[in-house]
Order: sequence, then C-alpha cells, then structure tokens
Amino acid sequence: MKLRWVAGYGPAFVLAVALLAFWELYVRSGQVNPAVLPSPTAIIQALIDNWDVISVHTLQTLLETVLGMAAATLLGLLLAVLLDISSWTRRAIYPLLVTSQTIPMIALAPLLLIWFGFDLGPKVIVVTLYCFFPIAVACADGLASADPELMKLLRSMRASRWQALWLVRLPGAMPAFFSGLRIAATYSVTGAIFGEYVGAYQGLGIYMQTSANSHAIILVFAAILVTAVLSLLLFGLVSLIERIALPWYHAAVARV
Amino acid sequence: MNPPKLLVQGVTKVYHDGRRSLETLLPIDLALATGEFVSIIGPSGCGKSTLFNIIAGVEKASSGTIAIDGNASEVRAGKAGYMPQQPLLLPWRTVEENVMLGLDIRHTPRKKAQQEAHELLKRFGLADFSQNYPGTLSGGMRQRVALLRTVLFNHDFLLLDEPFGALDALTRLSSQMWLLDLWQEFHSSVLFITHDVREAILLSDRIYVLSARPGRILRIVEVELPRPRQPEQLAWEQSVQLEQQLVTLLLKEQGS
Repeated sequence: MKLRWVAGYGPAFVLAVALLAFWELYVRSGQVNPAVLPSPTAIIQALIDNWDVISVHTLQTLLETVLGMAAATLLGLLLAVLLDISSWTRRAIYPLLVTSQTIPMIALAPLLLIWFGFDLGPKVIVVTLYCFFPIAVACADGLASADPELMKLLRSMRASRWQALWLVRLPGAMPAFFSGLRIAATYSVTGAIFGEYVGAYQGLGIYMQTSANSHAIILVFAAILVTAVLSLLLFGLVSLIERIALPWYHAAVARV
Repeated sequence: MNPPKLLVQGVTKVYHDGRRSLETLLPIDLALATGEFVSIIGPSGCGKSTLFNIIAGVEKASSGTIAIDGNASEVRAGKAGYMPQQPLLLPWRTVEENVMLGLDIRHTPRKKAQQEAHELLKRFGLADFSQNYPGTLSGGMRQRVALLRTVLFNHDFLLLDEPFGALDALTRLSSQMWLLDLWQEFHSSVLFITHDVREAILLSDRIYVLSARPGRILRIVEVELPRPRQPEQLAWEQSVQLEQQLVTLLLKEQGS
C-alpha cells in the first residue's frame, strides 16, 4: 500500500522539488531582482510572518468556497435530474446550460457586485456558477448510462419512475457525480478569488489585489500558495468523502 | 378446475422500423399448469426473449392474448418473477439488499424484508455472503443471488431467461440442481428459456421447440423422466434419444 502510494505520487513529488530548487537557485544566483520574483523559501517565510492577516482572508475565501460548492452541488444534482426526466426537458434545458457557460465571468462579476453588494452573496454566486456545470453534466451522464436491461427488470417489478430514479439510477450515477464534484472542487477556490478580485472587504482575492497594488509581490505569491494548498485540500476532501460514501465502487476498482 | 398459471394464445410480434417491418413471432400458443416446469428452446435470435418480455409485461404483443391465472388483463408487470440473462445485481447493494429489491419496490417494511431475505439466503446456502457486495462474487453465485431476488419478489410464477447460459459446465450443473431444489420448495410454475438441450431435458416437464425467426412452435415434447431429477438420468436411453432428436431438429432450423 505504502509502496504503491510512493510509486503513484513519487514522480510528481520529485519533479515539483526539482522545479522549486531550480527556482530557488535562479533567484539566489542574482539573475533577477528578488522584489520582482521572490524565492520559494522567502515566500514561505513571508507567509509565516503575515499569517495573522492572511489567515483571516483565507477563512473568508474558504467560507465562500464551501457555501458556493454546496449550492453548486444542489443545483447540479437538481439540473441533472431535470435533464433526465424526459427527452423534452433535456432538449429544453441542455442548450441553456451550455450557453450559461459562454457568459464571460469577467463581465458578469462586476454586475453581481452592483446587484448584490460587497458581501458574501456575489462571491458565493460566482463559485456556484463556476462549479455547477461539471457536476450537472457528469451526473446527467451518469443517470443516462443506466443499463436498459436493468430498467426493464424494474418495469417487470412495477417500479415507479421515482423508485427507478431513487433505487437504481441515482446510486448508479454517484461515481460520475463524484468525478464532476472533483473537477468542481479544483475550480471552486479560483472562483471565489475571482469574485473577490472584483470587489470585497475580505478574502484572498482582495488581499492579492491590494498586495499587488502596493508592489508587495512576495505577498501575492504567499496568497497564491495558500490558494493552491486550499484547492488541493478540497480535492482531497472530495476524494475522501467518495471513498467513504462508495465503498463498493473502490472495492470493485481495486480488483480490476 | 383451476385455470392454468399461464395461457398464451395466438401471440405475435412485429417490429416496425420505418417502412420495413420485421416479423419476430408468428402466432404462439403455449400453456403452463400450476407447478409445472416448462422450457422453451430454439436457435439464437428466434424471439424467445421477446416472448418473455411480452409475458413479463415489459413489451406489448402485436396481437393475441395472455392470461395469468385466468386473468387476461393487459397489465401483467409484477405478476411474474422475471429474470433476464444478466444477473443485473446492483453493485452498491449487498447480497441481502439485492435480494430485497423487489420488496423495497413494494414498500415492504425494511425489518420484514430483511428477515425474509435472510431466511431465503440461509435456506439456499448463501447466508455467508449476505453482507458481501456482488463485485466480490463468482459468476455462479451472482446468478443464484439474482434468482433469489426473483423468487423473493414472486415465487409463484418464474420467468427465467437462460439464467445459466454464461456458466461453465460444472457450475451450471450444480446451479441446475440448486434450481430444482428451489422449485420443489416453492411449488413454483416455471417458464425457462435455454439453448441447451440437455439442460431442458434435465429440468423440464415439457419442452417447446421454437423455429428460427420468425418464431413459431415446431414441436412440443413431454419429458417422462421421474422426479426428483438427477444428473445421471441424462445418460438414460430415453434421454439420449430425446437429446439426439432435439439437436437434429435445432441444427436443421439453424440452417447450418
């Protein structure tokens, strides 16, 4: 188990360390002004030194992300079920769903600010808009992939549409749903930061902006580091929930 | 006198695909008395499964009537325990929960359903696996679990579509004896599809031989072997002769 883990993540770890070492050496060799491109060790030092401020902004961003993800999950599941109800609803909803993803967020975010103010609301909406699409599409695909023979069996047992959905199609769509959720988790933190960038009282996005405006580039990097770690943690959390929620799936995958 | 368990009269099926129409079943007459074990054999693609789907109420006949217990209602779903060729177990449900599926659909209280499933699994030698996921079972075991699910839903009247078709010879033989045990326990009426002549002889009271498509009944054979059946009986003179007759008939029908 341990060996397999090393084999799985080892190469990525080695490559990351090599890149960071190269970066560190490049900055230390004096080829570049450390105020413009700080070294990795300096960034971590700055992060530790400013943690009391950064942590407050991190919590704010985390709150927006989690709320947005929760809303996106509900919306995504709801849309997936609506898409699945009949070919009529699919034809009606699917084009709108795709079109919604063509709206540039950079144009929409300031409008959200005007409509809903500087508080939590608009950021949660941005995260939701970023995240619901992969969840809805993955889950709808999962629902549509139910075995027609299985549906026939259920009809022979006089199962209602809702029973078929609840007992068979939704549980069967869960692996696909979690794939969508993992994609959404990687987007979500970036979404929250984007929402804050446009205007906020608190959060990593506004922190990055004010730091950049005052040419404190090292603090921008510190905030980027926190963003990356936050995204990876969320990704890991979703994977963990999936393992706990779908023990049968991982038992089956491990055997293949 | 009681009406027969199943009476099929003049049932036909024509599939329409644009301007072309495909005759799948010519008028079929078939009767199954209560407690009888009747097999249908025929070359592949002869419409056996179509006939089954019609009897199970998941497809409509183009003409003809079907009466179950003397009731010729159009709504037949739920009146038979229907088992398609694949086991179609739900991978996220344990063996016990899979066996309970039909009772869940009928809204049987959970406690009662669990108890019934448990007793059935114990009686038919699967109690040790009741908490396993289907992914961990062998092909033969999965097929038995699917059969118990069918039996728990409706043990009066079973429609079994090549349940042992994909099993190796030895597993198939033990599964056949296991099925006979189950049939005697519940005094079920069984309609059984197979393409295996020996299987039909070993299990059945009567065999209907279907022609190549469009399917019609070529011959009806009574199997006079005494009950309870044993595998040795297949080596008896009368069984060997019957097997030869049927194989010759089917080979001619297959057209090769």
